[in-house]
Amino acid sequence: MRQIERLVMHAMENEAQFKEVSGENSAPAIIVSNLVKSFGPQRVLDGISFEVRRGETLAILGRSGTGKSVTLRILVGLEPPDEGNASVLGVDMNGASAREIDDARKQMGFLFQHAALYDSLTVAENVAFPLVHHRRDLNAQQRTDRVHELLAEVGLEGHGKKMPSDISGGMQKRVGLARALALDPVVLLLDEPTAGLDPISSAEIDQLVMKLQKEYNLASIVVTHDMVSARTIATRIALMDEGKIVIEGSYEELQQSKERIVMEFLQRDLEQV
Amino acid sequence: MSTNPTAVSAVHSKPNLLLGMLEWFGEFGIFVWQVLCAAIKPPFEFKEFVRQLDEVGSRSLPLVMLAGAATGTVLALETRQSLVQFGAKSLLPTTIVYSVITEMGPIITALVVSGRVGAGIGAELAAMKVTEQIDAIATSAVDPRRLLASTRIAACIIAMPLLTLAASFSGVFMGWVASTLMEPITLVRFINQGFQGAGFKDFLPSTFKTCVFGLIIGCVASFQGMRARGGAQGVGSSATTSVVLSSLFVILADVVLVKIILLIWS
Repeated sequence: MRQIERLVMHAMENEAQFKEVSGENSAPAIIVSNLVKSFGPQRVLDGISFEVRRGETLAILGRSGTGKSVTLRILVGLEPPDEGNASVLGVDMNGASAREIDDARKQMGFLFQHAALYDSLTVAENVAFPLVHHRRDLNAQQRTDRVHELLAEVGLEGHGKKMPSDISGGMQKRVGLARALALDPVVLLLDEPTAGLDPISSAEIDQLVMKLQKEYNLASIVVTHDMVSARTIATRIALMDEGKIVIEGSYEELQQSKERIVMEFLQRDLEQV
Repeated sequence: MSTNPTAVSAVHSKPNLLLGMLEWFGEFGIFVWQVLCAAIKPPFEFKEFVRQLDEVGSRSLPLVMLAGAATGTVLALETRQSLVQFGAKSLLPTTIVYSVITEMGPIITALVVSGRVGAGIGAELAAMKVTEQIDAIATSAVDPRRLLASTRIAACIIAMPLLTLAASFSGVFMGWVASTLMEPITLVRFINQGFQGAGFKDFLPSTFKTCVFGLIIGCVASFQGMRARGGAQGVGSSATTSVVLSSLFVILADVVLVKIILLIWS
């Protein structure tokens, strides 16, 4: 009886949270303002700012080493910024207490560039990891059902007992995505989801991200240097160069730009098409 | 006037080395404090702790017993020659039992565990660090210091006295085997004679000082593993420094602990 009450409470909390951030006039789920970060003498981020609301996908494009992944690491609280603020769901990911940051992380899903699956755990155990630690109200059967549901969502039914080393790079990304979705996040951060994948697997991952985005009504940021992928899944694109956002807008707005770096990216996109 | 570049770099490298050491100790102290704070807060990671206890304890048991047995055998063979020269052959059981339980058993166990477990923890955590698995744990709102470090350190602390008991047992037993092969003596007589010169006041502090050795091995190896950088080279370097530093600190701690034990128990 208590378990049912807990489940109802959890559903009500999720619903309240959904209403809070999904309305048109709601506050942005992610606010980045004037972020600066240096590693030694190299200034990787030089005062970038942007916002992402629920239902939006912002693709951050740029050449390697322009600070795209660092931005995501700051957003999830893995790196402290030198200046500026990164706030997720109202929590300052640098200034808040460890407990507040952990509470925010429970509502965030993060897909690492190389998936970062736990190599000593099976695929199913990887997906179950956040549930084991944060959904102690679920019994073993409910947890198993949820893992099956998540694996089915990413098209990996029947692969739960395999080890991460026994599956392909594309499948590892899918497992990483299933793990990121385990706690029904509000915010999804994807670091190079299609990097190192063949065009067909990349297209499949893009379709999957779009499907999940629609289904979960997420506030998403996708870091990539793949313009095709960005054009497919993003509602807005921000192009970074030398630690700054050169331009931010829709793909059509980018096409109007005369900036050299923008034109180079668009040219490469056209060549790929 | 020309300046010898080697001399200049030597002058500069000394403060750098000192700063590096101070930085290491500072970071290590902060790490140990953070692990302690994380470890005492629920939820406790019992499943991972039991897994680590098996990894540190059960899997080290054969090697530790073998090392203990070799020590007991060599001690019996070497000591007998000296005791015979002084006409004190009857003191052989006492010498073996006292040496094994007060010093040889604990230190041999600590060095074997430092080599096997220290390298294992250092390499495993370093591999997890460079493949972003530790970051993935953190982004799942789970404290990696609680899940990975505190469980390994606790397992080392609990397993060390038990492993020391096993090493001391096999050392004394093989000491008897070696002695009786040279001059037959029953096990009961050997034990009775042996424990005439060694009692609980010798056995307890020297066995439980290995908890400190376990703490050192667990902390150093976890710290070195979790601060690894780079790829395969970083993993290798972490494993090596884990073994070297934990062995060094175990030996230094032994000197201090023996002095403290002598002060208190004498």
